[in-house]
Formats: sequence, structure tokens, C-alpha cells
Amino acid sequence: MEQSLLEVKDVSYAYHTKSGETPALSHISLAVSKGEFLAIVGPSGCGKSTFLDMLCGLLKPEIGEILLNGNPLEFSAAKIGYMLQKDHLFEWRTIYSNVLLGLEIQKKKTPETIRHAEELLLSYGLDKFKDARPSQLSGGMRQRAALIRTLALDPELLLLDEPFSALDYQTRLSVGDDIGKIIKKERKTAILVTHDISEAISMADRVIVFSKRPAGVQKIIPVEFSMPDRTPMSSRSAPEFKNYFNEIWKELNHDA
Amino acid sequence: MMHKLSSMSAEQKTYLQGQKRNAVLVQISRFLIFILFIGLWEGCARLGIIDSFIFSSPSKILYAMTDMMRNGTLIQHVSITLAETMISFALVTVLGIASAVLLWLFPRLSAVLEPYLVVLNSLPKSALAPLLIVWLGSNMKTIVIAGISVAIFGAVLNLYTGFCETDPDKLKLIRTLGGSKADSLFKVVLPSSIPLILSVMKVNIGLSLIGIVIGEMIGSKSGLGYLIIYSSQVFQLTTMIMSIVILCVIAILLYGIISLIQKCYLKKYS
Repeated sequence: MEQSLLEVKDVSYAYHTKSGETPALSHISLAVSKGEFLAIVGPSGCGKSTFLDMLCGLLKPEIGEILLNGNPLEFSAAKIGYMLQKDHLFEWRTIYSNVLLGLEIQKKKTPETIRHAEELLLSYGLDKFKDARPSQLSGGMRQRAALIRTLALDPELLLLDEPFSALDYQTRLSVGDDIGKIIKKERKTAILVTHDISEAISMADRVIVFSKRPAGVQKIIPVEFSMPDRTPMSSRSAPEFKNYFNEIWKELNHDA
Repeated sequence: MMHKLSSMSAEQKTYLQGQKRNAVLVQISRFLIFILFIGLWEGCARLGIIDSFIFSSPSKILYAMTDMMRNGTLIQHVSITLAETMISFALVTVLGIASAVLLWLFPRLSAVLEPYLVVLNSLPKSALAPLLIVWLGSNMKTIVIAGISVAIFGAVLNLYTGFCETDPDKLKLIRTLGGSKADSLFKVVLPSSIPLILSVMKVNIGLSLIGIVIGEMIGSKSGLGYLIIYSSQVFQLTTMIMSIVILCVIAILLYGIISLIQKCYLKKYS
């Protein structure tokens, strides 16, 4: 069997404050193979974002271990890209230098990496806005620029923490479609955290349902559509879509 | 422009004209108050309604000013006060930012020092000036330190508070990109704090001037602060009021320069 890109083995984590301990994650195990798009849905505040912080190495699991390519995960931003809820493009930088921020921080600004970033800007239609300030761009274009900032580092694994939640519904649909296509085209492995069931089904190859806090893996649902070349947008009109929706909905309201 | 004007609706034209008239009225009123004040002062002094020996008059002040300009003493006093203010302002800015950065870098240090900073900041700094003169002697260095002492503590506290209010998600972004604390500082905290730094500078330039004048009043042989104290002792009220007027002008000019820089920055980045 092919080795998984990412393996999470029996991970638990709790937050500590003066007033006590709050368990956030309990005994989570899962594996992600290369090129797969995984979506995690769960009740709000269940610890989904904590889980991503841990995959990125910002937090260390208290129990259990996380393996990347079979090796214990150390903090390696080089291999893992993280997209946050908002684009966080810096207003005091142009789009171009925002996109190069990651390379700059990791001291990887070489002619090749810069050319790669420029190619990404070109192929995703942002080269015209290279010298623009973030505020001159629409919400969708800003999110694209944020994705390119992450992709410029050529990460093996992309983590998406509700990256569309700051957008209005219409923009959200088209940006989700857009970003989904880009990730597929760049052949990236991705983990998307969302509370939007439709978004999860439309983008993912597998949907993982987290239980209430402390979060555990409640159910893993493989998503398969009969249509060829599915995109996030076309998936929404597939006949299987509503079955998956109902299945996940039931899981989420399982013990409510 | 002409085309734009002609394509405008009548209501829009009326609105814009109303706005313009309002702005002009405000300007004219401001100017009139100034003229009225000067005229009233001069008139009352000439008619003997107020004692021009104590209250002086605009013409006397103007005369004293040209006189002192001619023998060079005024330039000397003004330039000394200006130089001391600029030096202390520059040092306050540099030291203030550096100390706030240190406090931000080392949270434990800031936790330890916070009560001391708060006490030093709430202390009436003019009380320190006589002590500084005794300790350091009456020279330019002491005056500059007096200027710094008035502004520095507030500057550090304001800047530090501002640095701590940096968007935590932006800092998280830097960490997810593998950045260090230095990256956070130079790529997020400092650039996002430039508007704050400019507004703190605007306050500090005035505070530095206050500190310098206090210092000059009690421990100097030159500068406008000295001129005020000296002329009060020899009862030359015209010179004294003239010095105050010049201080007023200096304060407005210095504040204006920083405001201009601030405006340019905000225009470019917002």
C-alpha cells in the first residue's frame, strides 16, 4: 500500500487556563494520501481550527503523534501551507510583494522561486494587479492572491481554515469553485475545515465529520460522483449531492 | 472638468456650492477673530484703556521683534530653543520606539516594568527639571534631557500598547509561514504601527517643546524660556509677550510639519 502523505495517530489535546482544563481533541486518527482533498466538518467550536494549528505545527499534540511522509512532524512551514479565514494581505505592500512574503521570510527568494510566483500570478490572472494595493482588489481576487502567497512556497500539504467564511454567499460560491480548481490543477493535497456542508461536499474527495467538543472522528464519508471532471460548482448539481448532504446533516445532528 | 460640471444635476450643484460657502465662511470668521483681537488689543493700549506697560501692544511687540532681529539676539534664542527641541524630539522618537520594541519582545520585562512606567508617566515632569539641573549642571545637555523626560514615558506606553494591539491573526500568518519574532516585528508590528507612531510623534513634538522651555526657564542663559524668565525679572513685558508669541508660532509650525507628513502617509496608504 502506498504510504500516506499525512498520518494522524491517536492525537489528543486540551487547552489549559487558570480556571481549568478544556479538552479540545480526543483520540483523533486519520490518514491523508497524496493529491487527496479532505474536508472536515463539525459543530462550531468543536476544535477544528485547533486541529489545523496542530497539523501546521503551531501546537504540539499532548498525546499521540503526527507523521508527514512517515517522519514525525516538526515545525516545517516549508512543507505545509496554511490559508486563514481572512486573506491578511498587508496594505503597506503591493500584491506582488505580499505574494513574495513567505519566500522572503523563509529566505528562499531565488530567481527560480520568484519566477514560479510570477507564473502563478500570470496563470491566475493577477499579473495586471502586481503593483496594486490589496484594497484595490475584490474579495475574490484577494483570496486568490492569498492562495498564491501560500502556493509560492510549493507546499506538499495545504491547510484551509474556512478560507471563504469572510466572503458574501455569492462570492463564496465562485471563489470556492475558483480555489478548488486551482488546487486540483496544482495537484496539491489539501485539508479544508468548514462548517458549510455543501462547501465540504462540493470540494472534497472525503468528508470527515467531527463530533462535539472534545472533537473526535465521528464518521468518514468518501464522496464520489458519477460525473467526469467534477468541479466544486458542477458537483453541486450532481444527483448524488443531496444524498451526501442528508447523510452529513444526520451525522451532525446525531446526538442533538 | 467643464463637461463634468455641466453634466451635474442642479441639486448636486446647489449642494456643492453650499459646502463651499460653508468652508469659506469658516475661514473668514477665523481670520476676523484674529484681526479683531489684534485690533482691540492695539486700540485699547493706545487709548489707555489697558496699561501698555503691563499688557504691551501688537505694535510694541513688532517693534521689539525687529529690534532684536537686527542685533541678532532673537535669532540666537530662537535657534537654540528650536535646536534643543528637535534634538530631544528625535531622541524621544528613537528611544520611545526602541523601548516599546524591547517591551514587546520580552513580555516578562514589560510585566515587571509596567507599574514603574505608569508612575513615571503620571508624575508632573516639570518637578523633575530642578533636580536634573542640580544633578547634571545647567547646560544644553540637561535642557535636552528635561525635554526628553516630559515626553518619553507617555511615548513608550502609547507605542507599547499599540504594538500589543496588532491583529493576532496577522501574527499567526507570519508564524504559519515559518517566521520568527523578528519577522513579526519588522513585517507586521512596525509597518502596521506607522499611523500610531506618527500620531505619537505629533503629541511628542509639543511635549518636547514644553520640556525644553521649562528647562530653559530654570537652568539656562539662552533660549526663549530664558528670555521669558529674564524679561519678567527686569519687567520687560513686551519682550516676554513677544517670546510667548514666538513660542506659539514655533509650536504651530512643528505640529504642522508632522501633520503634513501624516497626511501624506495616509493619502498614500488608505
